[in-house]
Amino acid sequence: MLGMLEFNPELDFKLLLAVPLIPFFGYLLQISLRGRLPHGDKILTGGMFVVMCITVYMAAKAISAAHAGVPFLHHSEEAGMTHGWLYDVASQPSFKNLVIGVFYDPLGAAMLAVVGIVSFCVHLFSMGYMHGDKRYPIFFANISLFTFAMLGLVLSDNILFLFVFWEIMGLMSYLLIGHFSHDPSQKFFHSWATWASKKAFLTTRVGDVCLFIGIFIFYNGFQEFYATSAAAHAALPEFHPMRFTHMWEMAKLVVEANDGIYPTWMTVGGMFTIGGTVGKSAQFPLHIWLPDAMAGPTPVSAMIHAATMVAAGVFLLGRMFPLLSPDVLAAVTVFGSVTALFAATIGLTCYDLKAVLAYSTISQLGFMVAAVGLGSVEAGMFHMTTHAFFKACLFLAAGSVIHGCHHIQDMRVMGGIRKKMPITFACMLVCTMAIAGLPWFSGFFSKDAILLAAWGNLIEGEYFGGPPLLALICLSLGALFTSFYMFRLIFMTFFGEYRGDMEHHMYSAQLAAEGYEGPPPHGHDDDHGHDDHDDHGHDAHHGVHESPLVMTAALVIVAIFAIPGAAGLLNGWFTETVTVENMYGENVGAWVLAGTPVMEGTKEVLVGGLPMAIADHNSHEGHDAHKLALIVSSIVAFGGLIGAWFLYIKRRDLPGKLTAQFPLVYTGVRRKYFIDEIVDFTVLKPTVGFARFLRKVDENVIDGTVLLVGRIHKALGSISAWIDSTFVDGAVNAVGLVSQNLGAALRLFQTGRIQPYAAFAVGGGILTAAWLILS
Amino acid sequence: MDHILSWITFLPLIGMIAILFVPKANTSLIKTIALAATGLPLVLATWLYFGLFDKMSADLQMVDRFTWIAGLNAEYYVGIDGLSIALVWLTALLLFIGVPASFGINKAQKSYYALLLLLEVGIFGVFVAQDYFLFYVFWEVMLLPMYFLIGIWGGPRREYAAIKFFLYTLAGSVLMLVALVALRLDMGALIDSGTAEVVSALSGTEDLGRNAYFSIPAMTALGGAGLLTGSTLPFGGDFLGMQFTTWVFWFLFIGFAIKVPVFPFHTWLPDAHVQAPTPISVILAGILLKLGGYGMIRACFPIVPQGFDDYSYALGVLGVISIVYGAYVALGQTDFKRMVAYSSVSHMGYVLLGMAALTEWGMSGAALQMFNHGTSAAVLFLVVGVIYDRAHHRDLNGFGGLAQVMPRYWALTTLGFFAALGLPGLAGFVSEAMTLVGAYQSPRPGFKLLVIISVLGIVITAAFLLWAMQRVFLGNLNPKYKDIKDINAREVLCQAPLLFLCIFLGILPHYLLDWMRPSVALLIQNLTVN
Repeated sequence: MLGMLEFNPELDFKLLLAVPLIPFFGYLLQISLRGRLPHGDKILTGGMFVVMCITVYMAAKAISAAHAGVPFLHHSEEAGMTHGWLYDVASQPSFKNLVIGVFYDPLGAAMLAVVGIVSFCVHLFSMGYMHGDKRYPIFFANISLFTFAMLGLVLSDNILFLFVFWEIMGLMSYLLIGHFSHDPSQKFFHSWATWASKKAFLTTRVGDVCLFIGIFIFYNGFQEFYATSAAAHAALPEFHPMRFTHMWEMAKLVVEANDGIYPTWMTVGGMFTIGGTVGKSAQFPLHIWLPDAMAGPTPVSAMIHAATMVAAGVFLLGRMFPLLSPDVLAAVTVFGSVTALFAATIGLTCYDLKAVLAYSTISQLGFMVAAVGLGSVEAGMFHMTTHAFFKACLFLAAGSVIHGCHHIQDMRVMGGIRKKMPITFACMLVCTMAIAGLPWFSGFFSKDAILLAAWGNLIEGEYFGGPPLLALICLSLGALFTSFYMFRLIFMTFFGEYRGDMEHHMYSAQLAAEGYEGPPPHGHDDDHGHDDHDDHGHDAHHGVHESPLVMTAALVIVAIFAIPGAAGLLNGWFTETVTVENMYGENVGAWVLAGTPVMEGTKEVLVGGLPMAIADHNSHEGHDAHKLALIVSSIVAFGGLIGAWFLYIKRRDLPGKLTAQFPLVYTGVRRKYFIDEIVDFTVLKPTVGFARFLRKVDENVIDGTVLLVGRIHKALGSISAWIDSTFVDGAVNAVGLVSQNLGAALRLFQTGRIQPYAAFAVGGGILTAAWLILS
Repeated sequence: MDHILSWITFLPLIGMIAILFVPKANTSLIKTIALAATGLPLVLATWLYFGLFDKMSADLQMVDRFTWIAGLNAEYYVGIDGLSIALVWLTALLLFIGVPASFGINKAQKSYYALLLLLEVGIFGVFVAQDYFLFYVFWEVMLLPMYFLIGIWGGPRREYAAIKFFLYTLAGSVLMLVALVALRLDMGALIDSGTAEVVSALSGTEDLGRNAYFSIPAMTALGGAGLLTGSTLPFGGDFLGMQFTTWVFWFLFIGFAIKVPVFPFHTWLPDAHVQAPTPISVILAGILLKLGGYGMIRACFPIVPQGFDDYSYALGVLGVISIVYGAYVALGQTDFKRMVAYSSVSHMGYVLLGMAALTEWGMSGAALQMFNHGTSAAVLFLVVGVIYDRAHHRDLNGFGGLAQVMPRYWALTTLGFFAALGLPGLAGFVSEAMTLVGAYQSPRPGFKLLVIISVLGIVITAAFLLWAMQRVFLGNLNPKYKDIKDINAREVLCQAPLLFLCIFLGILPHYLLDWMRPSVALLIQNLTVN
């Protein structure tokens, strides 16, 4: 049994390589047959099942290795599987080439398994949810190619290939958000998707080019350092400047050579690098694309815009952590904390089911980012894992609700549907408890670890004062609001009585006044859009119904990871496997632990996130931090729950009164702090205006100069012709004859017959040259 | 096969002569001849690329050389190395695609295909010529057919565009000619003097004792040794207060920069593109612009490395202005084809930036970018051609929702757009990344800032392409085009090989870089002034 869980490079790297290639070939098959592959959806989903099995099996190997205390940083070099990307010839030195391979480490193992499981569930779910869609095969093809990119990103051994897959995911996100922009029967989504997809791509692109610059800076810096450092040559005889493991090693050497301080270029490079995270993980102020990404089909929101792609920004932080200087980490903390609170407040006021979840995703990503900034990269990665499962489940459950309620997304016309959709309700409730951080649900462990990191930093950190305090306040409040808006969602959607039947009567006017969210409810004779309800006839039209088995099965699979017990197991595995030492290797881990002032103390408190480690360390501050964190996270989780119950079950008149009491605050939050309007006014309009201005400059000034030169010569020609005909021609007949010929030649030129002139010019030039040379 | 370069170069000429003997009415025979006369060079070039060429060598290969004009000491001297072989192959491919892409043209077909083949002769000639006089002759040979192809088969303002194209390029040629005459005089005097320095600079090259005054390798050798300084000329190396090398450098540079085109010499390009028929735009963007970049690394920088060294930062600045400015102006366009034309200005800016940085990745990236822009820009012009053939206008705001009625066209366009905006996994990314990383690594001061500014171009490029995508393909279907026909098989076949290259070279770029590597290394060595 244990032998099976030993890592065997020869075989396992082939398996790992198959992981991204299975969905890739699925995509090729689907596209090359132009969607006519029979049972294409089942074949692709089956492929994803195989992928899931491999990733889970491989993750088990990582856990078993960590349990046995065996280092688990594997590069496909061990199996001789590398490929010179830029040059195939052996003569090119490694630093000028880009040798790529597969990298498999504890963090990659965790992320790969998460992506494998979530992708399979989303594929499964989509078979039900997207059934009957006009572009159903294309949808499956695209989501498979996305999965390929995400899996490739996790397995990349170097930053440039991570970037390659990162951008391919951006393309797939663009295409999938724009899925409905080809389908005019989707009245509401059709026009939204048209611009939302572009907005998503361009906004993330701003972050991406920052990451791109960060890559240049690190590549250049490490290579310059390597060229002069004997220690670097000794440590790495063959240096691949973009490979993560080599970058970590080199970062250590650079910092050591610089008296233990990060040089400025590393701080600058780090600042640019985290720009990638800010864009992809939708951190303030580049978060604006994510709420609009909800224009895509709900499974896409679940997978790309909640569980996997947006988490790639956090994964990037995990990969680049040893390169980030304390100043960069402080910035990361601020970005994450502010986003966590900011997005949570917006979540309080949304009525669109998916919008609540979108802002919740932004907020939870803020938690993860802040955790990395606080030095607790394990906590960030753990929250990324737990969040991937429960947020995928929440989105899929929301999709199930939307499917069951005939494409209504506004929570104000739902209510009481727990009896009609029991499985969906159960899954959503479990995951809400997880995201709210109720004890022993999965989010509890991970959120607790993050709050612990903030407390620990505040108590023990010598380096920062501000950021940990800010983080503590923002994250605690954010957690409170999270619990509140999630239970608000549960209560509004599943409790009370069903309000959907009234949609055409009392609600429509009120909703129109308050801003209805989501697609308009269908009338009786409206067609069903893309959805196909053959199975329950026309009379069931208005009845809310539970979703088919493929959908509920997918929900249950992802929900399992949130429930107590399973969550505890996950926590145990994770905290043992994905530790700083295991992630960055012995040397680098020890250096990260001990080397920098930020980490001092807090890092040690947080090793493994286990209270045991704290006891071992004999640090009573650490102990206090842990107790405090536990108390705070419990208070906020239950506080939010009780608050939501009070406002949305007990005293349902209160929310309206409260909003009437503070109209300015409410409007400000309700309109998302007017960020979209501000961006439109300060970035988009000026850019387009500047482009139109430059176009005018180009046409009038630059081309104008060219035309002016042309006109001057033409005028000179006319003047010469006039002088010629008036004076010269009058005086000397013979010369006049010549001038007539000249005029004829000029006329020829003006009518556009250029050949004689050109021949003359070229011939003349050649003759002149010949004369010059020969004379 | 002996003389393969000459065969490749002059096969289209044979085709052209054959076409001249075919009656005007027999258009199918004319097209067949044109296909054969462009297809055979493609076959030969492919064989050359994979079979005959030694990719481990930086030497000139497949050399054909004999005295041509004895009085001028001009030779017929052709050969290729890693810098030119990929472009020769791309020329063969794009001209071959240009023939079926022209099947929609019904006006004076006989002259059209004859001129197209003459154009191909000129382009091949420039890429293989190693004698500056021969190079110049081919350079001018190329100009004439291009003038007629735009001026006769172009759009409504074709005569204006053709004259502008011709005069602008001719102005560049005149500058080149002046520099060429000066170089020839200096070369002649140097070689005739036979000093030990000259002999040692030429030793190891085939030019020793040949009196090849126009030989580009000889000029490179003497220029690299710092001997080609105009000291033998009447003004003694210093003309109007500036060094001879500086004069030569700028004259040659501007001559080539007009062709690239580099800001601010680019305004002929949008007019020429907008008026030219689709296949001519494809060839113009795909190949003719590359002649400028190729000319710089073949026949400008290595000959006067001192001038390059002195002004490389200025070149980098011009490159970055082209990148950012071109992208912004493209964003401001409402004409689909003008937008694509300005995107070419932006993309060719990377070539200049990469070359100016003088690092291996920068230079390789620039050479790669020339090839990759050749494929992606050609696709974009084919894309514009498809819609123009159907709707007879190119106003970006006059379409809408075409993806609903032309799904295959939309899919190909999406691939082309993303190739053009440098999506990783597609070819444009490799060259942009190498160029920018190489420029960032440049030991020359100031390049780091240039790179950081230039990435603005990446964002703006994405913006104008996706905005165009939205306006043309997404949103509500314009009812005028509800019966528009999707892209047909001929149009797909024209685009398919180019899109295949965009993907293939994005995944396996070493199929170009391995071939370029030795020549790029040698070029950098030649350009490094001690």
